[in-house]
Amino acid sequence: MGSITLKQVTKTFGDVNVIKPIDLQIHDGEFIVFVGPSGCGKSTLLRMIAGLEDTTSGNIDIDGQDATNTPPAKRGLAMVFQSYALYPHMSVRNNIAFPLKRAKMPPAEIEAKIASAAKILNLGDYLDRKPGQLSGGQRQRVAIGRAIVRQPSAFLFDEPLSNLDASLRVNMRLEISELHKTLDTTMIYVTHDQVEAMTMADRIAVFNAGVIEQVGTPLELYQTPINRFVAGFIGSPKMNFIEVEAVDGDPTSCVGVRPEHLKVTQDKGLWTGKVGVIEHLGSETFLHIHVDGVGPLTLKADGDCPLKYGDDVNLTAPQNKIMHFDAAGKTLPATPFSGN
Amino acid sequence: MAMNNSNKSKIIYTALAWGISGMIFFPILWTLLTSFKTEAEAISANPSLFMFDWTLENYSDVLARSPYFNHFWNSVVISIGSSLLGLVIAIPAAWSMAFVQTKRTKHLLMWMLSTKMLPPVGVLIPIYLMFRDFSLLDTKLGLVIVMTLVNLPIMVWMLYTYFREIPHEILEASRMDGCSIAEEIFHVLLPLALPGIASTLLLNVILAWNEAFWTLILTAANAAPLTAFIASYSSPEGLFYAKLSAASVMAIVPILILGWFSQKQLVRGLSFGAVK
Amino acid sequence: MATMQSRNLARMMLFPSVVLLLAWMIVPLCMTLYFSFLDYNLLTPGSEEFIGFLNYEFFLTDPAFFASFFNTLLLVGGVLLITICGGIGLAILLDQAIWGRNYVRIMVLAPFFVMPTVSALVWKNMLMNPVNGLFAHFAIWIGVEPVDFFAQVPLLSIIIIVSWQWLPFAALILLTSIQSLDREQLEAADLDGAGPFSKFIYIVMPHLSRAITAVILIETIFLLSIFAEILVTTSGGPGYASTNLTYLIYTQSLLQFDVGGGSAGGIVAVIIANIVAIFLMRLIGKNLED
Repeated sequence: MGSITLKQVTKTFGDVNVIKPIDLQIHDGEFIVFVGPSGCGKSTLLRMIAGLEDTTSGNIDIDGQDATNTPPAKRGLAMVFQSYALYPHMSVRNNIAFPLKRAKMPPAEIEAKIASAAKILNLGDYLDRKPGQLSGGQRQRVAIGRAIVRQPSAFLFDEPLSNLDASLRVNMRLEISELHKTLDTTMIYVTHDQVEAMTMADRIAVFNAGVIEQVGTPLELYQTPINRFVAGFIGSPKMNFIEVEAVDGDPTSCVGVRPEHLKVTQDKGLWTGKVGVIEHLGSETFLHIHVDGVGPLTLKADGDCPLKYGDDVNLTAPQNKIMHFDAAGKTLPATPFSGN
Repeated sequence: MAMNNSNKSKIIYTALAWGISGMIFFPILWTLLTSFKTEAEAISANPSLFMFDWTLENYSDVLARSPYFNHFWNSVVISIGSSLLGLVIAIPAAWSMAFVQTKRTKHLLMWMLSTKMLPPVGVLIPIYLMFRDFSLLDTKLGLVIVMTLVNLPIMVWMLYTYFREIPHEILEASRMDGCSIAEEIFHVLLPLALPGIASTLLLNVILAWNEAFWTLILTAANAAPLTAFIASYSSPEGLFYAKLSAASVMAIVPILILGWFSQKQLVRGLSFGAVK
Repeated sequence: MATMQSRNLARMMLFPSVVLLLAWMIVPLCMTLYFSFLDYNLLTPGSEEFIGFLNYEFFLTDPAFFASFFNTLLLVGGVLLITICGGIGLAILLDQAIWGRNYVRIMVLAPFFVMPTVSALVWKNMLMNPVNGLFAHFAIWIGVEPVDFFAQVPLLSIIIIVSWQWLPFAALILLTSIQSLDREQLEAADLDGAGPFSKFIYIVMPHLSRAITAVILIETIFLLSIFAEILVTTSGGPGYASTNLTYLIYTQSLLQFDVGGGSAGGIVAVIIANIVAIFLMRLIGKNLED
């Protein structure tokens, strides 16, 4: 079991509202990712669920029980920290055993649990080392091992991969996803990296300034973002936004086109610009195109794009891929767009 | 053999450093040597550095004429007692300030430090009278209390700076792992902060051992630590250089050795975290 | 950032320290304040009476007050100047590649561990004594008149002794600070064509400012209440030539048993220390902020 319900949860530090009233239902066995820019309140909310921060108002239910004022140790949750937070004075074995010893588990049982965790996480050779002798990836595995031996009803991850280098991050991402499939336990994962969110999540909650802007599956957020913030945050490279002049009867104040939907055309097209910096990634090419009166637009083209710095190009995009936003940033139903 | 430039400058710097540090160390060395001389040699107008008749007579004289071991024991009890007592009081306070910070924490720390700036003479008379009325004058207990209070702000400050270096997340992890606050402190915080706690203890033992205001004013014969014992040599016994030296050596050697062993930690602790 | 539960606990754990320090500071301070308005002498107990600001009038108009006030400033300022300048020099020297650095460091540090009464007596008798002291022997050997340190320059002599005690502390803290200086900064300055002098002014000194602040703060705390060094060397004399405020108040209260006058002096000392403290707190608060 591991369902968590947040009801009108808020948090204030002094007179700053860090979390404005939030309602969220996290289902048993789900992998949910909290994503948003730094300072948006996602980590604070995670720490509130963990019990490391007080809830100013509202309720947090865990498995149907009100846990708002339960101390962290009694919530049955395990947390993996950004800095791994291993106990540097204890061996890997004792790090993993620590929560079990606190729970007064018999030694034989502890040994068995450590052995099985070590097997799942490939830690067998390192059990008697101190954390200081391990690499970043190994430390992260120990931290996860310490979490899984307790068989928590949910795992909380607080930006666990941000201290790892890029290639290791991709591996650990897969390992954590794999672990989720094996354990089938609820996981709440906080990150500022939308790629992590998109690749790992069953559902994503996009945070901004203390509120959840939108909750949905990765594809829902990509295809039907509820507003300009979500549209801009999800997807890489970022969506291009083009301010448009107000027309009577049309509330559109801005349109958005994702780089992968922007095309170079021989016709007149919607915009005309000059090619700026070209980034060749091999499999694809990112073109930065300067459009007069609009600003720079990013275009994603094939790997063997023949354009050069300084070329003049005409750009267009399919009408059904152009998103319309009103002055407040809300997504509008699609209407035909004919350039500025 | 041809010498390159960096080797030449190394020789110059080495000579300069040894020369200056030798001068700084000289009074201590001279005291040590004099303590092995006869009184006549000690005041000789042509003093010799090593070429004299070495004697242990001064040490046996000092030990025979004065209750040196009493004073030594008083110093030990007062400095170690007050430092341990201070730790017991300061550790919880430092934990609070380092890990549960509020808007007031900074002011509280500053206030504690400011009590250290209160001139002892500002409270001299009341303390003296209270000690007289509670029969604490010239007792070890009284001095342990005073030295604990005098050094408490420094202990809290030092422990605070050491605790601050322990990542918050490790303590939070232990809380998630099922620790009560007491278990968190004993199983995680104290083992991690042990070097810092040890150096706090050491520094305070040294400060209390050498404290020479309250120890001189609040003690007479019974509870007088070595600072007060040595002060009694100010005159006219002070003119017996060899004996003065022997007594001085016996007063400073324990702490000198302790200090040399812990110098690295001391510097960091004493600078209130200003120097890493 | 924490939970209510831990905040409450934190308050409880702070309680003993705060209460003890409050009691240690406030209660006796109030008593001192009260005594300072009384005509109160330990030799004539029972005859205390309220005399208003008379004690303060006597204390503040006493020439001894001015003498000891300036002596206190000279003592603190002189020792700070000597130990910080000397400390910077020593720190730079010890930072160079030299043979036997650990031994040098141990020798430099040693005076810090010597108790004030010992260092004062050793300097007074064995080094500065005008007849049998080593300095006198040396003066005669090079053919000049020996200086009678404690008669001719009593305050300077005490400044020398106290500086000797505190130089190691300053040197070691500054050395540690210099060693934490980013070497790439110096290399960058080399590439920019900076000479040793401008490297010192523009890179080393700004880096040291934090450590210097710490040294000033800690030394001032201890130097304001120098006592033992005066007691065992000059007893404040000749006249008031080497009396500082601490020593003056000690003589009034415990040698002349004038509790009222001594208390008034104590309060004056507290006010002066507060002025210094406010100044220092500003300095340290700014400089030690992370």
